[in-house]
Amino acid sequence: MNKISIIIQREYITRVRKKSFIIMTFLTPLLMALIFVIPALVMSNEDKDFKKIAVVEDGADLFNGVISDTKDTDFEYLPDAKIDDLKNNFSELGYYGVLYISPQVITTPNAIQLISKKQPPIGLLDHISGSLEKEIEKQKLLSYNIENLDEILKSINTSIKIQTIKIDDAGEVRETSTGIAMGLAYISGFLMYMLVFMFGAQVMRGVIEEKTSRIVEVIVSSVKPVQLMLGKIIGIALVGLTQFAVWVLLTAAIVMIVKSNILPADTMEQVQQLPQSLAQADQAVAGTGNMTEVQLTEMQSLFSSALSQPWGLIIFAFLFYFITGYLLYASLFAAIGSAVDNETETQQFMLPVTVPIILGLIVAMGTMQNPESSISFWFSIIPLTSPIVMVARIPFDVPVWEIILSMTLMVATIFGCVWMAAKIYRTGILMYGKKTSYKEIWKWLTYKG
Amino acid sequence: MPLFEAQNVTKRFATMTALDDVSISVPPQSIYGLLGPNGAGKTTLIRIINQITAPDTGRVLLNGQPIKPEDVLRIGYLPEERGLYKKMKVGEQALYLAQLKGVNRTEAMRRLKYWFKKLEIIDWWDKKVEELSKGMQQKVQFVTTVLHEPQLLIFDEPFTGFDPINVKVLKNEILYLRERGATIIFSTHNMASVEELCDNITLINKAKTILEGSVEKIRNEWAENEFEVVFDGEVNLTGNSHFSLIRSSYEGGKSLVRVKSADGGDTNEIIKTMTASGRVISFNPALPSMNDIFIKVVETKNREASNN
Repeated sequence: MNKISIIIQREYITRVRKKSFIIMTFLTPLLMALIFVIPALVMSNEDKDFKKIAVVEDGADLFNGVISDTKDTDFEYLPDAKIDDLKNNFSELGYYGVLYISPQVITTPNAIQLISKKQPPIGLLDHISGSLEKEIEKQKLLSYNIENLDEILKSINTSIKIQTIKIDDAGEVRETSTGIAMGLAYISGFLMYMLVFMFGAQVMRGVIEEKTSRIVEVIVSSVKPVQLMLGKIIGIALVGLTQFAVWVLLTAAIVMIVKSNILPADTMEQVQQLPQSLAQADQAVAGTGNMTEVQLTEMQSLFSSALSQPWGLIIFAFLFYFITGYLLYASLFAAIGSAVDNETETQQFMLPVTVPIILGLIVAMGTMQNPESSISFWFSIIPLTSPIVMVARIPFDVPVWEIILSMTLMVATIFGCVWMAAKIYRTGILMYGKKTSYKEIWKWLTYKG
Repeated sequence: MPLFEAQNVTKRFATMTALDDVSISVPPQSIYGLLGPNGAGKTTLIRIINQITAPDTGRVLLNGQPIKPEDVLRIGYLPEERGLYKKMKVGEQALYLAQLKGVNRTEAMRRLKYWFKKLEIIDWWDKKVEELSKGMQQKVQFVTTVLHEPQLLIFDEPFTGFDPINVKVLKNEILYLRERGATIIFSTHNMASVEELCDNITLINKAKTILEGSVEKIRNEWAENEFEVVFDGEVNLTGNSHFSLIRSSYEGGKSLVRVKSADGGDTNEIIKTMTASGRVISFNPALPSMNDIFIKVVETKNREASNN
């Protein structure tokens, strides 16, 4: 068997067998899933018990029947009841709470009280205040004695929603959502930063371990230093990809299981209906373009926009930049690891490596505000920052030539970087004792043979 | 034909010369001592043999051919600064290192079991390296060095960290390896073991060869006409025109006397004086120890260098 593959195997197996790896790999999706699932659970578990609320006005008769019943709440208008009587015994009478509307409500907006034993859900409060606001507005308008008021009100009742549609050079129309693109950009950029840093640092620690344990001298008498270095880098890359794959699959699986078992059926129905309405939306978009007829809820349009993202490109670019970005930084980290005797000494060499990564992250975050800016452009082309910045730009539609240029430069840089790192590494791993300086490293680069 | 040869090897680093025109020639199935003070350039020479670094000028030959990358499989190297992956299990690690030396898994397994049993470390197969004592780790390392049955073995200070019993075990193994056909380059500061094991040596000082040849020949060359005499009972000896007395001691009913023959002194005359002085048990030429030769040669060279 090829020696490099023996090294890759060892690097991979010893790492994936570690307890810390197994815990990290299986615990993280649980946490991720919790982040997705908990809000859904909270929303669906909102107090769904049937509620009866007494509406009391203390004699005034302004809001009879104004608040409509909802699916799980009935509003019972009690014209003769007095708040002081009900206050103390509403729950014995079978009411969830008492809504008290003071007669001063027209002039004093906060003259409304909802008395209950439990904290009422937000949805209920919104419903009440919405209904009352409308009614009070209407009452106020009425007081101006405008003719045909009802018709006027009906005709001015409007609700608008902006759909953003982007047309590319080929004239293809796509519904976009800046929100989705921003979210994607943020997640990709940040994830890239984390992964490159995390696994790059693992390479560095591995190199230092081999150097301080002095096993490196035995190994380089069997294999070439560059083979050892590449074997380590590739082995750890595979560990990273494995972990990433497990995360994605497990998170998806957990979210699905939770959705189908815990979330109520009607939520599921909505989810299942989505594709249909999406298909309609697509037809509408592709067809005559009479978008206004398509009534999509906000959620649905978000979904459709998410689906219309160029997923293939996004995933391909992410994997490409993860692998190349990792190779680039891992080789630099390996060179650093070889030049020092222990981890505390790494600091003096870390700066030139961390600065571009962090700069990349900062620019990537700025990219979300202004994806077409020249700073985003340049940083997405320059190899050291491009992995982070380009993945953040791609959801916003990047011209193909820019992607190709960036990728080409990246690949070329990797060759240069690995070559340079191998030179430093080859000398560094066998140097003990004295503290290495930049000048020293420059000398190593110029050694021949 | 020598099994291994380095011809006029020179290696310079940025600020210093590590090897300056050094040649060694190692006959097959012999043990070759590579001696020299710290920093003399031994490790650089060993790294060149292992092709970890390349010489600036000079040739390195194995079996009469310029050394090739594949030749690492024919060489076993036990470095002075040795180590293993601390968190990895002993058996697994030995297997890994054997595979890197081109031994396939099943064969490596078979040989490992043999060696682990022989050196009584088989019970430690599934332990992590960090749980082993230093001597134990050294044994594991020794096994990984010889496992691929290399033609040429390089041991750099193999006995450090071993107790006397294990030193003996290891010496026997080294001699056994030579018997089975291996050629051994042996670098050490322990001169007693050089006398015991080495057939030939090279002494390197400040990047240059300052002494080389067979151990026997060197010791004879450096002999200073001294004799070791053992008497039964106490004797009272003084020097005469043939010899001078260096030291004399009495212990356990025997006298140990060291004498130095005078210039042009006649050994027969010395023996006559001895037999006249008491009952001689033995009379031997006293060869200088490698330790004395080492110190003398290096000190002389360093003095010459500082005088120039």
